Amino acid sequence: MNKESVCAACSCERELDQEQLVDRLNEILVEYKFKDGGLIPALQIAQGLFGYLPEHVLRHIATEMNKPYSEVAGVVGFYSFFSTQPRGENVIKVCLGTACYVRGGKQVLDSIKKELSIDVGETTSDKVFTLEVARCFGACGLAPAIMINDDVHQRVKPARIKQIIAPYYANKLEEA
Amino acid sequence: MINLTIDNTPFRVNKGTTVLEACKQAGINIPTLCYLEKIQAIGACRVCLVEIDGIKDLVASCVMPASEGMKIHTNNNRVREARKVVVELLLSEHEGDCKTCDRNEDCELQNIAHDLGIKELRYEGAKAPRYQDHSTVGLVRNSAKCISCRRCVTVCTETQSVSALFPQSRGFKTTIGPAFGHGLNTVTCVQCGQCAAVCPVGAISENDQTAEVWAALDNPALTVVVQTAPAIRAALGECFGMEPGTLVTGKMTTALRRMGFDAIFDTNFSADLTIMEEGTELLTRLKKALVDGEQVALPMFTSCSPGWIQFMEYYYPDMLPNLSTCKSPQQMMGAMVKTYYARKIGKKPEEIFMVSIMPCTAKKFEAARAEMNSSGAQDVDIVLTTRELGKMITQAGLDFQSLEDSKMDAPLGLGSGAADIFANTGGVMEAALRTAYELVTGRELPFENLHVAPVAGLEGIKEASIKIEGTLPAWSFLEGVTAKVAVVHSLGNARKLVERIRAGEAEYHFVEVMTCPGGCISGGGQPRITTDEVRKKRIAAIYAEDEGKTLRKSHENEAVAKLYEEFLGAPLGHLSHELLHTKYYAKERI
Repeated sequence: MNKESVCAACSCERELDQEQLVDRLNEILVEYKFKDGGLIPALQIAQGLFGYLPEHVLRHIATEMNKPYSEVAGVVGFYSFFSTQPRGENVIKVCLGTACYVRGGKQVLDSIKKELSIDVGETTSDKVFTLEVARCFGACGLAPAIMINDDVHQRVKPARIKQIIAPYYANKLEEA
Repeated sequence: MINLTIDNTPFRVNKGTTVLEACKQAGINIPTLCYLEKIQAIGACRVCLVEIDGIKDLVASCVMPASEGMKIHTNNNRVREARKVVVELLLSEHEGDCKTCDRNEDCELQNIAHDLGIKELRYEGAKAPRYQDHSTVGLVRNSAKCISCRRCVTVCTETQSVSALFPQSRGFKTTIGPAFGHGLNTVTCVQCGQCAAVCPVGAISENDQTAEVWAALDNPALTVVVQTAPAIRAALGECFGMEPGTLVTGKMTTALRRMGFDAIFDTNFSADLTIMEEGTELLTRLKKALVDGEQVALPMFTSCSPGWIQFMEYYYPDMLPNLSTCKSPQQMMGAMVKTYYARKIGKKPEEIFMVSIMPCTAKKFEAARAEMNSSGAQDVDIVLTTRELGKMITQAGLDFQSLEDSKMDAPLGLGSGAADIFANTGGVMEAALRTAYELVTGRELPFENLHVAPVAGLEGIKEASIKIEGTLPAWSFLEGVTAKVAVVHSLGNARKLVERIRAGEAEYHFVEVMTCPGGCISGGGQPRITTDEVRKKRIAAIYAEDEGKTLRKSHENEAVAKLYEEFLGAPLGHLSHELLHTKYYAKERI
């Protein structure tokens, strides 16, 4: 899996306009078009490019890959990794796997919800954060864990949330 | 052969048999919900659980292969209790509004709950996600009644190759439908209704339009005319507990008359008319190709089946010229009733309310197509399915089984045996050949009992070729030509054949396509559930109806001949062109 495909909140493609993004997608689709099992990697890459999977992109993929649109949408809806809503620059994933849940993952989640004033699956109005829940990053020994983009934060305490997310705001300020 | 015991009794079954099939052969009916013979066995609903010695958990019998020495228990307390719990859990999330449900007393879930002796609901849970889809004129969906058995998905995807329906989201939130909860009008749904035909519950049904017909019947200002398709007479009896394949033409006619229809006409009449127009169209195309050396679209495809028409408009718009320009028999009847018949009885088209009884949900869509108004009004006002007619007869308080037989009205109530067989796969082709061959050679079609055996039956793609010899002078250009024809039913098979034709792997002059498996006799609006056994019985009844008539060829229908003489002129003439032919429109695939 290349970096482009996993980095949902990647900003490196942001300068490209929609048309250029579709051109880019078409170049990539050539590789996956006729491959069995090519739909999921194609969707991952598309999400990497667009930041999320807008309907027009899904329709485009369905047409190009000669797959029923209902099926493409069904696959997108099945996997929680795919998002059809625009996402923030940073995606926070709170682990609610068994170990994290038992050690207070739920309280961590509540604290983030309160701090950002958003619910699970939502994005802050300034588009800086999107909040998601996940099941196990393989960091059970250091539960509860959260991920912000590719960074794993371990033994998170609800009271430390403000402190943890602050640097990501700082990035935003630097860019500005 | 495999030796096994079922409930302590030894049985022998063929290798490759599933446990469910083995039990059926042993005379044991295991309840099923998601299972659909020959179409789907996925073990999803868990209702068909059985116990097998040596396997710790209960197993879904529909997907479990039978094996040597297997000891199966279908009826012990553990099995009974487990099936009960499975069904109770389904009921706990089901919108259990049986009293007002379209499927009340015709529901597989309700029947199984009853058979398992479920008298109270022990579990109370969240209800399934609820959304309703009224976006098409043919079909209505209600996700709150859906049990996610996936029968509709499999039929739509595999049998029909349309894939309008797919499971969306996951887990408890799963709904079956087009992308993102959109309506069927946003996908390439052709409204064939095969999803509704296999739905075990009330989640997919035809759009009920009976109220509009009652209102028209109550309106003294309207002359209400009804036509009935050939497939109805072999299936309507099932709505009243009669055996599949019981012919009820006479009782149905009496029922319609007693319900207050002013004139009862036979779609068979316009099927004969279709043969006259379509046969002439085919011969004209052949003449253009063989004599005039013109570029014409061949093979010519039949155009009676509205699901197939939409399928072509979506998937093969470049081949629309291959479709016969003939309207379907339903629409020809509508156009003739509101012009020819209207004139006879001194009415304006808008003073006539035209009702069709069809085995089909796509016919509702066809009648509503904007261009189907050549009489000046919409040619067919309302289309009811066989099931809707069954309900109306019950509402009218008629004891269907005890009704006497009666005949349809003149002049548009006369139909030939060739028209009867429009109801099943191979029938339109046979009817066309009976007429075209005789027209060209002056002799009867040289097949035993006039049946073109190679294109009959339930095989998916069928072919036949007939060498034309001894032509009449007018048709001498066809002398020695071997006419090649093909017959397909279900859109999945149609797609396969079209792809073969496009790839140059197959060549035909004429192809009959019916959208539904088996043809109209198992259309989306017929009584449920249609298995191959039921299909065969209905087809046998249709052939019996054909063979029981003296009039068995469309061109011998006197009422049709009179229509040409008094009104239309000749097949493919100016008026025919205006009233009986249509255009098709490429549609964007969405």
